[in-house]
Amino acid sequence: MKDALEQATSGGGKVSRDWGAIAPAVLVFALLALGPLAAEAYGGAYLTSLLMRMMLLAIAAISLDLLIGQGGMVSFGHAAFIGLGAYVAGIMITEGAADLAMILPMAIVASTVFAVVTGAISLRTSGVYFIMITLAFGQMLFFTASSLSAYGGDDGLTLWERSTVFGFDLLSSNVTLYYLILVTLIGAYALVGALVGSRFGRVLRAAKENPTRVEALGFSVFSYRLTAYVIAGVMAGVAGVLMANQAEFVSPSTLAWQRSGELIIMVVLGGMGLRNGALLGAVALVALEETLSSITHDWRLIFGPLLVLTVLYAKTGLAGVADAWVARLWRRA
Amino acid sequence: MSSPILRLAGLHKSFGALVATDNVTLDLSPGECHALIGPNGAGKTTLIHQISGVLKPDAGRIFFAEQDVTDAAPHERAQLGMARSFQITSIIPGFTVLENVALAAQARSGSSFRFFGRAKAETALNDAAIQALTIVGLEARRDTVAGSLSHGEKRSLELAIALAMAPKALILDEPMAGMGREESARLITTLRELKSRVPILLVEHDMEAVFALADRVSVLVYGRVIASGAPEEIRADPEVRSAYLGEDAA
Ligand SMILES: Nc1ncnc2c1ncn2[C@@H]1O[C@H](COP(=O)(O)OP(=O)(O)OP(=O)(O)O)[C@@H](O)[C@H]1O
Ligand SMILES: [Mg+2]
Repeated sequence: MKDALEQATSGGGKVSRDWGAIAPAVLVFALLALGPLAAEAYGGAYLTSLLMRMMLLAIAAISLDLLIGQGGMVSFGHAAFIGLGAYVAGIMITEGAADLAMILPMAIVASTVFAVVTGAISLRTSGVYFIMITLAFGQMLFFTASSLSAYGGDDGLTLWERSTVFGFDLLSSNVTLYYLILVTLIGAYALVGALVGSRFGRVLRAAKENPTRVEALGFSVFSYRLTAYVIAGVMAGVAGVLMANQAEFVSPSTLAWQRSGELIIMVVLGGMGLRNGALLGAVALVALEETLSSITHDWRLIFGPLLVLTVLYAKTGLAGVADAWVARLWRRA
Repeated sequence: MSSPILRLAGLHKSFGALVATDNVTLDLSPGECHALIGPNGAGKTTLIHQISGVLKPDAGRIFFAEQDVTDAAPHERAQLGMARSFQITSIIPGFTVLENVALAAQARSGSSFRFFGRAKAETALNDAAIQALTIVGLEARRDTVAGSLSHGEKRSLELAIALAMAPKALILDEPMAGMGREESARLITTLRELKSRVPILLVEHDMEAVFALADRVSVLVYGRVIASGAPEEIRADPEVRSAYLGEDAA
């Protein structure tokens, strides 16, 4: 309220700066909203499903950046939460409990429990140890999924139907599912944006820079980090539920360590800790993979050096570059 | 005289064979500035780390605000009202000066498990922060990124952070270290005004500051308190003169 007043009285300057901060994301969301229309004209179902996958990975990457960019916690096991959500959805649909009203709460509970237990242990360590231990927990879940012989084991689990929503069969239409995912993505983006600016986010960000100081102020750094870990885990879990519905298939590869690595690359490529970083990183990475892999089978040979160059020459990532462009446009306007 | 806010009873701490704290018993009472002096490596910082909870003593007890805090974590002691500064400046370098201090005020004002609403727009926190910044004379630098302050300004910022915690006691580890003459003179004035409201345990090498501020002085040598008393007594104590002040008096 006070904030709004401040903005209103300080003239257009502050308001336009706030808009400038989210302008790149708004542009991406607007383009994504046109996705199904574009698919009708060109690309068909293939394009829709590619964009849905892109958005779901973006949700997971945005949640991971809350840990890496804001909290300084480099988790190498974030895909485990996507997998957890996906398997909860897959198993419940297979068992006939297909409604989102049941699946979502269950996935949230499962992600919370997994995050509390593994987070409480992992957060006793830091640096490289934290990276390794989160990787280890991720692998534990990966092997657990592979051994679920009743649910496809290594081969994965094909779903014969999608979730219903309060009894209504809405998601069998790709278009409805598409917009549900887009709305979830916008929600995830807005949520993390709010968190970062909140009291909670301020403590988290301060603890990334100087945990000893933050403890000496009276904050239990561990509790704030664990809370962030749970929030990020739940967000990725929700993305997993939607991913299972989108692919109509769940397999251990959903939570392979390569997927966790890919999420880290998205965060770094996009710009760690920047408002639009993870979003742009996810969009760019999926688009790039898609383009390069259609050109050549050995696309990783091009992709690797490209990534190194980005990290070397655009240290603040794609979002840093985007912010600079926006600032230049605004000055000219 | 009212009961002490802080009391150390028979503290011991060793690092391997090195005894850094040797049966230290001392206290801090309301209204006073108690200075802790001693040569380099005497164990002053080690003692402060035990008081604030960064290090655990091997033996002995620590009482703060009528509670045994020996086993309490640093953040729990801070919540009881213990504010400390660090010998090596400890701030949030990427935050603005104002946000560094507002974060300290935030620790004192309700829960920080609030996930919505912009912390930067909380007037109560910003006002408390500006008040603390005004006391140390840093209010003009409120929007500067803390990491780019001069060394002396960073020391002042650390004091403002401690003040914004509305503490019951201030534990300061060499607040004047590396400050220019003018800056430390200003800091002495500030601390002299403060000590009636907030008792101060002051570790300091600057003897001018110690004798200007302290109501009581304790001398730490090789981890042990070799003398404790009024500043004039300490200045006159032959053992202290030879162990420590000697180099100054000569
Ligand atoms: N973590 C540690 N491990 C081993 N030895 C330590 C440790 N911390 C301090 N010491 C040693 O304990 C002794 C006391 O150190 P301390 O830093 O407390 O001294 P000090 O009185 O604060 O000195 P100064 O005036 O230089 O700040 C020193 O000999 C130091 O080398
Ligand atoms: Mg010291």
